Order: sequence, then C-alpha cells, then structure tokens
Amino acid sequence: MPKLKMPRKSTHVDMTAMCDVAFLLLTFFMLATKFKPDEPVTVTTPNSISEIPLPDADIMMITVDPKGRIFFSVDNPKVRTDLIEDMDEYKKLGLTTAEKRAFAVGSSVGVPFSQLKSYLAAEPAQQKEFDKTAVGIPTDTTVTSEANELAAWIRVARNNNPKLRITIKADADASYPDIKKIITTLEGWKIFKFNLITGLKAVPPGTAAYDIQMGKPAKQ
Amino acid sequence: MAEMDTSSGGGHKKGPGVKKGKKLSTRIDLTPMVDLGFLLITFFMYTTTMSKPKTMEINMPYKDEQIKEEEQTKIKASTVITVLLSKEHRIYYYEGIGDDPTKPPQLNVTYFKPKDGIRDVIINKKKAIEDMKASGALGAKDQATIIIKPDVTSTYEDLVNILDEMSINDVRVYAIVDITPVDKEFIQMTEQANGVQ
Repeated sequence: MPKLKMPRKSTHVDMTAMCDVAFLLLTFFMLATKFKPDEPVTVTTPNSISEIPLPDADIMMITVDPKGRIFFSVDNPKVRTDLIEDMDEYKKLGLTTAEKRAFAVGSSVGVPFSQLKSYLAAEPAQQKEFDKTAVGIPTDTTVTSEANELAAWIRVARNNNPKLRITIKADADASYPDIKKIITTLEGWKIFKFNLITGLKAVPPGTAAYDIQMGKPAKQ
Repeated sequence: MAEMDTSSGGGHKKGPGVKKGKKLSTRIDLTPMVDLGFLLITFFMYTTTMSKPKTMEINMPYKDEQIKEEEQTKIKASTVITVLLSKEHRIYYYEGIGDDPTKPPQLNVTYFKPKDGIRDVIINKKKAIEDMKASGALGAKDQATIIIKPDVTSTYEDLVNILDEMSINDVRVYAIVDITPVDKEFIQMTEQANGVQ
C-alpha cells in the first residue's frame, strides 16, 4: 500500500485580521469610556422606574452613606475653584493657594470646616484614608444655624453657579431623618426641586405607569 | 502595490564582489500586538461606566411662612390615604387624614410587594374614587391623594419606593409630610395590639 503523505500545514495564522478587530474594539472603548468618578464612600442607591438620565454638567451632588455621613461635591473644576475661593472668604478658613488647588482637583469633601484646612493639606492617599473615618459635613434642621455647614456649602455653590442641579445620592439604608435634614436645608434655601439618584428597574406590568409607557392613555 | 523593492539594495555598487543583502520577510508576528490590544480592551471594559445613573425628580411643596391658613389648598378627607412608613420596611396606612385623635382610624399594615402590597391599596383607592365620582359624591376635579409620613425609623429606600409607587400608579397628588405625634401613637397602639416589638 502506498504511503499517503498528508500535506504539512503551517501552524502560523495570519494575525492581521484579529489585530484589526482588537484595535477597533479598543478604539471604541477608549472613546466611549468615561471613568468612574472617585468616590469617598460606596453607596448603593435604591431603584426606581424613573428614566431621567443624570445631566452631564453642572451637578452638585450630596452623597449620604449608610451611616448618614454627608459628602459634598461639585463636578465642574472651574466652579470648584471659585467655590473654595468664596468659601475661604466666607468662613475665614485661611487656606493657602496649594490647599485651594487641592480642593479644585479633588473629589467629594466630607469634613467640617474646622478640619478642612488640614484635610486639604494632606496627600490624596491620606485623604482617602481619612474619608473612611470622616464625620461628614454637619447639618442641622434650620438653614440659618451656624452649625448647618451643608447650608453654607449649598449657598456658596449656588451663588457661584445658579444653574447647578442638586442631586442627592443616598444609600438605600440611610435613615430617613438624615435625608430629612438635607431636604429641610434645601427647602430653607427655597430649593424645592431636586433629583434623587436611583438605579433603574423595570416598570411592573399591569400598572398605570406601564400603560403610559406602552402608549395607552392612562385611566383617570 | 505597497511592496518595497528590496532586491536593489546596493544601487550602483552592483557587481560580483558585492554581497547581496539578505531578503527579509516583511511579515511580522502580530501575536504580541494582539495580546496588548486585548489587554487594553479588557482594561477599558472594566473601567467604563456604560449605563448612566438615573435620577428621580422630586418637587417639594412650596413652603412659606407667609401663606395664610385659609389660602392653603384643602383636600377632601375622603380622597386621602395616609401612609406611614415604619421600621423594617413596614407600611401602615389608613383612610382619611387622621386628624382626630379621639377617633383613631383603622390602621392596616402592608409591605412593598408586587401583589397585595401597597400598590393594590393605591389601585383600589383610585377605583373607589372613580366610583364616588360616578355617583356624584365627589367633584370631577378630585383625585386620589396620598400623604406620606415617614417615621424616624424608616430608611431612604422606603421613601424612594413609595415615591416610585406614586409614579407607578400615576398618583398625581401626593405630599411628604412630617409625622405627627398622633400618628406615632397610632403606630404604637397598633404594634401593641398585635404584639409587635
């Protein structure tokens, strides 16, 4: 029997096509990506059926963690620069230029004014460590009270940029009185419209909202 | 097309004594490049936030000390359900506004759940109001009204859930109100009666 010789195939594969695909995807992800903002605390928001997306710019975010600590942040670095400048003047904090810069490039703050100077003077790594034990921004039920530091933050931030949209990002397990204090503070500044950040959940079928979503007129 | 002429390496120096440059293959092993590409893809896929967070818009009633009592909007007690948010995601509700402490309303307990929960209570109330409108007991403009009174023991999740129920059930008129001592008493009485600690 004649020996059948199988043609030996090369094990080399042309990688060009795969490379093309890889870099195409890479380009897509690089352009589509928006890095998660650095947050001092992890917050699990409750879910709602609301589908209003969070606006891209001009956001003032009040974060509340499960223990009720309050962190304050504004997204725009320009506003942050002006904000800390005004805050320094308003509360006589005596911050140096470097500390103001640290605020402008930093993320949320969750310290009382008395600790703000030393907090901003610290290295970012130390700040992160400090955030774990920080007490949060003190609030009170009356807006004019000196102890209500959140009220001062909101006021100065709004003076800087009146277009700022106020959002509350609170943990599902945060207790109601903590939220209540924030709402009262906002109401004290005559802010009655604000946003609560929530996750998305599906509209349950057979309800009024489901009918509206499906284009049927709601039963009145 | 895009091929380089590699044979004429020497140009004018051609001759028998001149060594011809070795013809190198133009093929490059692309495997490391693909590896790198996929590594970066993985990195970007993990760090990217595709879904933007959603928000729920909330309008609090305009509060002003100068508004006089008689200028305030009055609601009909028959259109109202008062919802008390209590601990452990428990909900107490009763019909009417419960302003008379001498006649405590019948408190019912329910939870946030898809069936037989607070949602059905709201749906039934809306139906009842439709019936009352049909029989002429209520005017055409009357709507189901929910008064939400979160207790100090309730959580933020309860608040968002009940606000969500409002949009789920298309309740147009609702308000978040501070819990009154009377309501706290109602809760206490009900808890005692049922032996809830």
